[in-house]
Amino acid sequence: MRPANLLRWESMLAVVLVVEFIVFSTISPYFLSVDTLSDATFNFTERAIVALPLALLIIAGEIDISVAAIIALASVAMGLGSAQGMGTAGIAAVGLGTGLLAGCINGALVTLGRVPSIVATIGTMTLFRGAAYAVLGDRVLKDYPESFAIFGQGYFAGPISIELALFALFAISFGVFLHRTRWGRTIFAIGANPVASRFAGVAVNRYRFALFALTGLFSGLAAILLTSRLGSTRPSIAQGWELEIISMVILGGVSVWGGKGSILGVVLAAVVFGLVTFGLGLMNIPGIVMSIFTGTLLILVVAVPALVNRR
Amino acid sequence: MSSHRRDLAFAALTLALFLAVTFVFPGFAAPRNLAGLLDDTAILIMLALGQMLVILVRGIDLSIAANLALCGMIAAVFDRAWPGMGAGPVLALTLVCGGALGAFNGLLVWKLRLPPIVVTLGTMSIFRGAIYLLSKGAWVNENEMSRGFLAFPRIEFLGLTLLSWLALAVAAVFVIAMRRSRVARDLYAAGGNPEAANYLGIDAGRMQFIAYTICGAIAGVCGYLWVARFAVAYTDIALGFELSVIAACLIGGVAIAGGVGSAVGVVLGCLFIGIIRSSLPLVGISAFWQMFINGVVILVAVLLSARQREFKRTILEVRA
Repeated sequence: MRPANLLRWESMLAVVLVVEFIVFSTISPYFLSVDTLSDATFNFTERAIVALPLALLIIAGEIDISVAAIIALASVAMGLGSAQGMGTAGIAAVGLGTGLLAGCINGALVTLGRVPSIVATIGTMTLFRGAAYAVLGDRVLKDYPESFAIFGQGYFAGPISIELALFALFAISFGVFLHRTRWGRTIFAIGANPVASRFAGVAVNRYRFALFALTGLFSGLAAILLTSRLGSTRPSIAQGWELEIISMVILGGVSVWGGKGSILGVVLAAVVFGLVTFGLGLMNIPGIVMSIFTGTLLILVVAVPALVNRR
Repeated sequence: MSSHRRDLAFAALTLALFLAVTFVFPGFAAPRNLAGLLDDTAILIMLALGQMLVILVRGIDLSIAANLALCGMIAAVFDRAWPGMGAGPVLALTLVCGGALGAFNGLLVWKLRLPPIVVTLGTMSIFRGAIYLLSKGAWVNENEMSRGFLAFPRIEFLGLTLLSWLALAVAAVFVIAMRRSRVARDLYAAGGNPEAANYLGIDAGRMQFIAYTICGAIAGVCGYLWVARFAVAYTDIALGFELSVIAACLIGGVAIAGGVGSAVGVVLGCLFIGIIRSSLPLVGISAFWQMFINGVVILVAVLLSARQREFKRTILEVRA
């Protein structure tokens, strides 16, 4: 029953995707060109790269709403490193390191501190974003070396950007990890019933800690890509992204209650989401209006299954 | 009751913080400064008390600041269309609008049993987007607001602004009602143990709905007060303020797991944040540190309360 349901959810997403293609290509004649589609991928790759580890975390029954704040903090750290005259490799290492450290703080709060993950990450979201503001104030950092632009503006092959290539690589890795390995099965087990998993000898807290650290690390990676693409850092960078990233995961069919979900769903949802925002952008609809759409979608995605199950 | 002891200890801590700041800066305790402090903290106090109700019944309202901003814009647009109506109709309008927005959250949580964090994360961005649609992205400035509209929260009475008096009144109602009223008792019961409450004939979902509606109504009125006090309305007012509100609740001893928290604690939590905020410029720390300090205080508060809980429940829970 469960795999059949999931399959149906994913095929629904695929149908939505096809409809999007048809609608946008009729609205704009430029939509179906390689260049446009290549540009459109920048709308979701950074967020989607964070959505992958976050999907694992939500499947394990936890949540991290500090991801956007981690991106901001990592971006500020990179900006400061760059101002110190660091090279591109050094800056990237600072970004990844800051993300990993922030993720470890979240993990430690939830496992050692035994704080519920919602509260812990509301706290660290305030802390990390607050640190970004405290350090930077109303300043902007933009002295990045020219070679740093490669991550967010470079192309891997032809129209395939480095961001897209990275996303594809990680999507496959996460898919194999979650659906084909013992660790993946264990994550589902933890999400379905943490107490039973503990009785079955699973080191539940070790998994939780690792997943928070992983989510932090990938937020750091997203910070590298975003900062490199924009070429500047403000403390308000990636504001509100936690909503969009969590929406992607839930739209992908991952259950907010844990224990259910697939990477294929998350990947499809990321593309659907990215194309919608890109398409609305083509129609000159401002970002804040898109947030109505995002919010409605988020609620609908959890409400529809709830309505169906009630019958 | 341990929550009384916690309130007492926290009151001592807040007083100590106040005395420490006063010791270094004697001017801090001047009546005018204290009145200003209360005026600055008034909206936070009202919002945090509303948020407390929602957290008590195991919910959370992340949309509280967006609700405030939307109702603030509704108030400003209403006043621009019909100036000179005074504060009364605007207060009633924002109370109803805010209550309706809160009830919408509450209905989704109650009838569809959706997770509160997802619902309010969603409505947060819907409300913000709605402000843009309503205002078409433009600001409503001071010169477009009528005099009565602007004056209401600033009227001074016995040295305090009407805004401060309003916060004091709301706080007094909450302190009494949370101890004495049946609704409050049901809220505590529904949050502490929903199944047990159900056997007593208390519908936990309905209590969540009531909590969200009250919280929303308070946020709505605060929207008008905010816009009138700062004399401007735009899409991003009070952006991120929900975090300060939740911080005040958590610092004030409201347990995120539900069922635990007191109005006295929450008001103290707000004063604690208010004292820190107004002493930062005195110490020479930029206002940009406020959010960071909030984060530290939230984490310390939740870590402490997580440890308290652990002592009580270790027998029942497996050490994972």
